[in-house]
Amino acid sequence: MLVYIIRRLMQAALVMVVMSALVFAGIYLIGDPVAMMISPDASEIERDAVRAALGLDRPLWRQYLVFMNAALHGDFGKSFLAGQPAMQLIFERMPATMELVFLSLVIALGLGLPMGVYAGLRPKSIGAKTIMTGSILGFSLPNFWVGLMLIMVFAVLLPDLVPWWPRLPASGRGTTVSVLGVNLSLFTGDGLLHLLLPAITLALYKGALIVRLARATAREVLPMDYVKFARAKGLSERRVVGVHVLKNIMIPIATVSGLEFGQSVAFAVITETVFAWPGMGKLLIDSILLLDRPVVVAYLMIIVVFFVVLNLLVDLLYSVLDPRVRLESRAA
Amino acid sequence: MSETALDPARAPVAARPQTPFQRIVSNFCEDRLAVFGLVLVLAALFVAIFAPLISPQDPFDIGALDLLDAKSPPGTVSGDGKITYWLGTDGQARDMMSAIFYGMRLSLFVGFTSVIAALGIGIVVGLVAAYAGGRIDALLMRVVDIMLSFPAILVALILLSVLGKGIDKVLIALILVQWAYFARAARAAALVERNKEYVEAAHCLALPAGRIVFRHMLPNCLPSLIVIATITLARAIALEATLSFLGVGVPVTQPSLGMLISNGFEFLMSGSYWISFFPGIALAIAIIGINLAGDHLRDVLNPRNLR
Amino acid sequence: MTRFGRKMAAMAAAVAFSGASIAAPALAQELKIGIKTEPSALDPQFHTLNPNIQVAAYFFDALVAQDATLKTKPALALSWKAIDDTTWEFKLRPNVKFHDGSPFTAEDVVFTYERIPKVPNSPGPYTIYTRSMKSFEIVDPLTLRIHTNGPAPLLPLDVAALPILSKKAMAGAAPEGKTTAELNSGNGLVGTGPFKFVEWQRGSRIVAERNDNYWGPKPYWKTVILRPLSNNTTRVAALLSGDVDLIEDPPTTDLAKLKTDPKITLAKAISNRVIYIALDQHGEPPIGIPDTNGKNPLMDKRVREALSIAIDRKGIDDKIMEGVAMPAGDLLPYPMGGTAKDTPIDKYDPARAKKLLEEAGYPKGFSITLGAPNGRYINDLKIAQAVASMWTRIGVKTDVDANAPPVFFKNRDSFKYGAYMAGWGASTGELSNALKSLAATPDRAKGMGTTNSGRHSNKEMDAKLVEALGTIDDTRREALLGEASKILMAEHGLIPIHFEVSVWAMRKGLTYPGRADQNTFAVDVTPVK
Repeated sequence: MLVYIIRRLMQAALVMVVMSALVFAGIYLIGDPVAMMISPDASEIERDAVRAALGLDRPLWRQYLVFMNAALHGDFGKSFLAGQPAMQLIFERMPATMELVFLSLVIALGLGLPMGVYAGLRPKSIGAKTIMTGSILGFSLPNFWVGLMLIMVFAVLLPDLVPWWPRLPASGRGTTVSVLGVNLSLFTGDGLLHLLLPAITLALYKGALIVRLARATAREVLPMDYVKFARAKGLSERRVVGVHVLKNIMIPIATVSGLEFGQSVAFAVITETVFAWPGMGKLLIDSILLLDRPVVVAYLMIIVVFFVVLNLLVDLLYSVLDPRVRLESRAA
Repeated sequence: MSETALDPARAPVAARPQTPFQRIVSNFCEDRLAVFGLVLVLAALFVAIFAPLISPQDPFDIGALDLLDAKSPPGTVSGDGKITYWLGTDGQARDMMSAIFYGMRLSLFVGFTSVIAALGIGIVVGLVAAYAGGRIDALLMRVVDIMLSFPAILVALILLSVLGKGIDKVLIALILVQWAYFARAARAAALVERNKEYVEAAHCLALPAGRIVFRHMLPNCLPSLIVIATITLARAIALEATLSFLGVGVPVTQPSLGMLISNGFEFLMSGSYWISFFPGIALAIAIIGINLAGDHLRDVLNPRNLR
Repeated sequence: MTRFGRKMAAMAAAVAFSGASIAAPALAQELKIGIKTEPSALDPQFHTLNPNIQVAAYFFDALVAQDATLKTKPALALSWKAIDDTTWEFKLRPNVKFHDGSPFTAEDVVFTYERIPKVPNSPGPYTIYTRSMKSFEIVDPLTLRIHTNGPAPLLPLDVAALPILSKKAMAGAAPEGKTTAELNSGNGLVGTGPFKFVEWQRGSRIVAERNDNYWGPKPYWKTVILRPLSNNTTRVAALLSGDVDLIEDPPTTDLAKLKTDPKITLAKAISNRVIYIALDQHGEPPIGIPDTNGKNPLMDKRVREALSIAIDRKGIDDKIMEGVAMPAGDLLPYPMGGTAKDTPIDKYDPARAKKLLEEAGYPKGFSITLGAPNGRYINDLKIAQAVASMWTRIGVKTDVDANAPPVFFKNRDSFKYGAYMAGWGASTGELSNALKSLAATPDRAKGMGTTNSGRHSNKEMDAKLVEALGTIDDTRREALLGEASKILMAEHGLIPIHFEVSVWAMRKGLTYPGRADQNTFAVDVTPVK
């Protein structure tokens, strides 16, 4: 098992190299970072001076080698735009995104899983049909639309119309406290209030996905012999569902939750923009549009490692959930 | 699917149908919600296919737009008296109804094509990875990790910059960013299947690997993948809208449904509600229809659920 | 479910309690502003970016300030004059103290100007403002002479872009003294400005506190919080919900509704930003015009005029800009430097446009692609589409190629467009800046025509402009600039569409006079008496 994990982490290093090369080439193809950032009044001599200062006057492969050399020594370059280390800019913003995505996934799993399993157990009931039809709404409405509607209703309209209705904050992050050196707003009342609307917005799609997946896989599992056998043994319905059914539907759920967690951490841009949430997704989009290459490279290197680790965890989870999945089988 | 599905009289619930097809039709029609969904899907498809014939105006012909007619509320007659804007006009004086018809055509095309292509690629990669294991699995999954980490906007910007603008480039971008998701999900499903008895039995029969993977494992992996695919259809349409919104999507003069919604969004609070509202309703109708019908169809098609 | 319900009720109560404090009217003397873009750094010499310049003005002063219409006025310098063609003398304001209590002298000014070229990794260096400076001479602690390389009539305007740092507070190990990173964290961020720095949380807020020893009129607000809210609709929602007191640049689509909202006031000011169309005039063969057998119709003045009068500027301003734009016939609005009150604006006349095309030999028109950025200027995409529709109506079949800004700029700078729409805000508030960059015959080494990607060229106009750039006398220079602009407009070398009108929305009870450079300065926001 340990060998397996170590091998995975070594692959992660390789993946980082490939990723950084791709981004270097990609940004080079899109356009000239200096043209994006310099004052349009600047003369060609001043532009050349900036190119030289930022190291953009060298051929692309030289620039990449310089970057790799520095990266091996732990220096991932400074943001063109902010002049500060790219990693620092990203890590400053990471906790805000992490807590938002975490809360939304808790909401999505906490509500989606029971609802989906219920709908799978009693597919003909009114409750199941309501859940299934309702869940369609969760993903047929665009994300930004839902977010702004929530703001309009809970931060503007309701408090204006109903005097006693509490006004939820429309944007931004609340008070933070330092937990183990990380600033989190998850543990303050004001922080939670600010988190509520963006987390719900983000949870809606994920929740709907989990409801539908849980129902579909539960329906797959229910007619299986081991479930019938468990019932025949006289086990309580709670135990049959809670252990035998649930355990067997967890693999797709875990995969999708992992994927969704990763996708949201990396690209929760729309929600972050709509709620002016100071997370890192917004930083990525701004950096891409301004061709701030050091930030984009550093960001995507972090994300790709994050995905490798996340998928490693999910893979490890498979073998816990289903002993039949042997991870090391046939591995060279 | 055929027209018979729409006619409950020809598939009486009580009768014992003879062929599997008739059984599927009758089972499908048992659920009124599913039939309703199918009607919605057919309506959306009809509009999409026949958009050029049934639209009062060609919304892509910008010479026909008169700014004086911009933001007319539903029911207004155009300045030259030629057409009535039943659903109003947008800020460019485009007839909303025509724009929605054409937009539906574009969005469904982009959504379906990209999801089907991504699903196909994803299934092949995922199943091969799960079945082969070892180095091949590691290599394929690391490629998947890279693709998952690559933001759609960056892919779209690079394609736009190198290949230029066009719907085909948007399609490529959408397929590129979506297939990895399916590959990951397909591999997860296949990992479970790989160690089941029937696969071992197939091994013992010395069946070729391709046959084991695609004839035996694939059908058992499909249910959860189809759930993800039907939902992803909505996501693909939304993703296309987001790309358009950021200026890297379909050409602005040929708006998709998603683009109409995001462009109209800023009008929501301004009182000109129809600019965003009607395209939103149209998209919701299509997606709800696809999922209502799809849900039940999946249950009906799945032999294990026949009790 | 019931347990869940009870929990929700408890939570709602908790929400109600803390919500009440949020909903309560903002603390007296605290002003929260929703800004559109966050600065890239607080170091006022790092990046010539508008948000940076705006925030720097909270903490720092320059020798010269610009009033709401961008005319120069005294700030840390009481007066200035040109002693000869290459020397400017500035008399500094006495008894001014930095935030740390140390006095302001000519030493600080010289330190500030000499630091500019030393700031490393600047993506938009301030050296564009110090180009003409050759050497500094401190006559006495309150008198400074700047020697220039040649006649530098715009030096007072250059100086206005350079906030003065404290030599003492900026002392540090690096060649530039305190580094950009240190300034970003507030270390060395000591100016003479109306506000003192409190904190900056990137992406979240910048907090400033009143400087009670300010030399000028003291700001009303004890605390000012700047919050970056980049999404238009979010910014409006934040204002409506009371999260912020004032926002920049509400989207035009919401103006009608905000106008009628009893809790909201709007402020407007005509800006220095012109939205214009440049036409490719580099010669043959034309770019992106496939159906003229290799002839470039845009070389013909009549065609350019036809394209200009085919644009219904009033229609665009009413229907797309919701009244917050002013039709333009020049590159800057009156009364900015060099402009005339009676500048004619091309009248919408599609019939005559068609006739002009016929005279020029294009009775059937031609096809063209109009390039435009998507999301750079107010309603840029919509304006481009409207123009395309109007051109198509006179027979010039127009396709819009709207792109995300990086791709647009790349295409524009590599001459991929036969016509493109863009915007220009002359920060100097006078015409030489716009003429030099947009219309002068391109000579990149000299900084002429740096953004003239249509490659319009007119020797007569160039000559007038060069003469103006060497003329110290304000009246004479502005007259020359006016003449240069008249030549350009008569040639239809560029097609101005409109000037943007900047809008601010704030809660009732506040006023803001508005500024032509679109900046939001908390000093000028006051409660209604």
